[in-house]
Amino acid sequence: MNAIAEAVAWIGDPAHWTGPDGIPTRLAEHLGYTGLTVLIAVLLAVTLGLYIGHTGRFRGISIGATGALRALPTLGLLTYLAIAFGFGIRLALIPTIIVLVVLAIPPLLAGAYSGVESVDPRTVDAARSMGMTEWQILWKVEIPLALPLIIGGIRSAVLQVVATATVAAYISLGGLGRYIIDALPVRDYTKVLVGALLVTLLALALEGILILIQRLTVPAGVRATRSA
Amino acid sequence: MTWVLANIEQIWSLTLDHILLSVPPILVGFLLAVPIGWLAHRYRVSRGVLLTVCGLLYTIPSLALIVAMPTLLGTKILNPANLIVTLTIYAIALMVRTATDAFDAVSKDVTQSATAVGFGGWRRFWQVELPLAGPVLLAGLRVVSTSTVSLVTLGALVGMSGLGYLFTNGYQRNFATEILTGIVGTVLIAIVFDVVLVILGRMLLPWARVDTAARRNAKTATTKAVTA
Repeated sequence: MNAIAEAVAWIGDPAHWTGPDGIPTRLAEHLGYTGLTVLIAVLLAVTLGLYIGHTGRFRGISIGATGALRALPTLGLLTYLAIAFGFGIRLALIPTIIVLVVLAIPPLLAGAYSGVESVDPRTVDAARSMGMTEWQILWKVEIPLALPLIIGGIRSAVLQVVATATVAAYISLGGLGRYIIDALPVRDYTKVLVGALLVTLLALALEGILILIQRLTVPAGVRATRSA
Repeated sequence: MTWVLANIEQIWSLTLDHILLSVPPILVGFLLAVPIGWLAHRYRVSRGVLLTVCGLLYTIPSLALIVAMPTLLGTKILNPANLIVTLTIYAIALMVRTATDAFDAVSKDVTQSATAVGFGGWRRFWQVELPLAGPVLLAGLRVVSTSTVSLVTLGALVGMSGLGYLFTNGYQRNFATEILTGIVGTVLIAIVFDVVLVILGRMLLPWARVDTAARRNAKTATTKAVTA
């Protein structure tokens, strides 16, 4: 446990809070990749998931596809894209974002379609019989009711992306993974542990925030019936 | 393809190592998660605690946990136990949630009937609850198996054997074919494991295919595990 104390002392050292390899820079990089990826992936996967959930089409295929995507090893995809397309070291960002987006899709897709599917069909029929158009049903009925599950998908995607962005340091990307990947070959295990601790703290913090958002997005009407 | 044939022996031995590293976490994870899941299902107090702990463990980024293991276990960095323990923790964290749902899904009427005709707690668990929870447990185990096989490749970053070696070695040599071989190999292992599990499921749970409720529950479990 002495090693953990050393790692904590390392983090506390003001010298490690400045410069290009300082904690704030690495943290900002990590958050930047995560934010960019989740934004792209949400636009793609949540849109598709809402379509699948609303129409009920392609459901079987999407369940199979989300399962199959999980089998793909992230490190393999990262290294393959990094050299197969010749992005090289300077452009490590492009293969990384592609891989991270691919990984973020299954939970987002599953969250969106299972969210829309979980809406009581009678509620949807009631909305339709009141004269709502399909768009109105989607925006005013299905999405609000599905929101907690959609956010659940986003939460899971964010965590996966944070974890994989750490691995992406191997193909010379920045972020908190740099501490681990740089320190391993020189056997600086304190710094390895620093990387592990920081990335774990980041993941836990994001998880906490997203769980909170997930709770807050339960529509007032649903909350009322639940507590009743 | 010529490269694959020329190096088939090495690829095969890496494949065997990969399998040897994947099987213990899947098996041990499953065997430990089922009783923990049952406890979470059975008692209200343990449910909150166990599910929260599992959720937190699952949040820790995989690479962080692998490199932190030597500190936590007192092992050497190259000890395969680091990887196996890490992956077992993930397997448990993911599987406990599914196992809890699996036991929750067993109809109360059925368990009460079992008690009424004289089943004790122990026999009721083995002959009523466990078989009926089977299809959902299997769905969770399939997700765990797939993700474990894929995560084993991360071991290559800390110098462990398995098909992940083809990723790090291929990246250093700037050789895409080697990496692609590793990806295909990893996916093939995942598929073979999945087929074995499905066949075992058909043999042990022959009724599951015609039981529509069981099939629906299993599908929901898969979706939930993917978005966990």
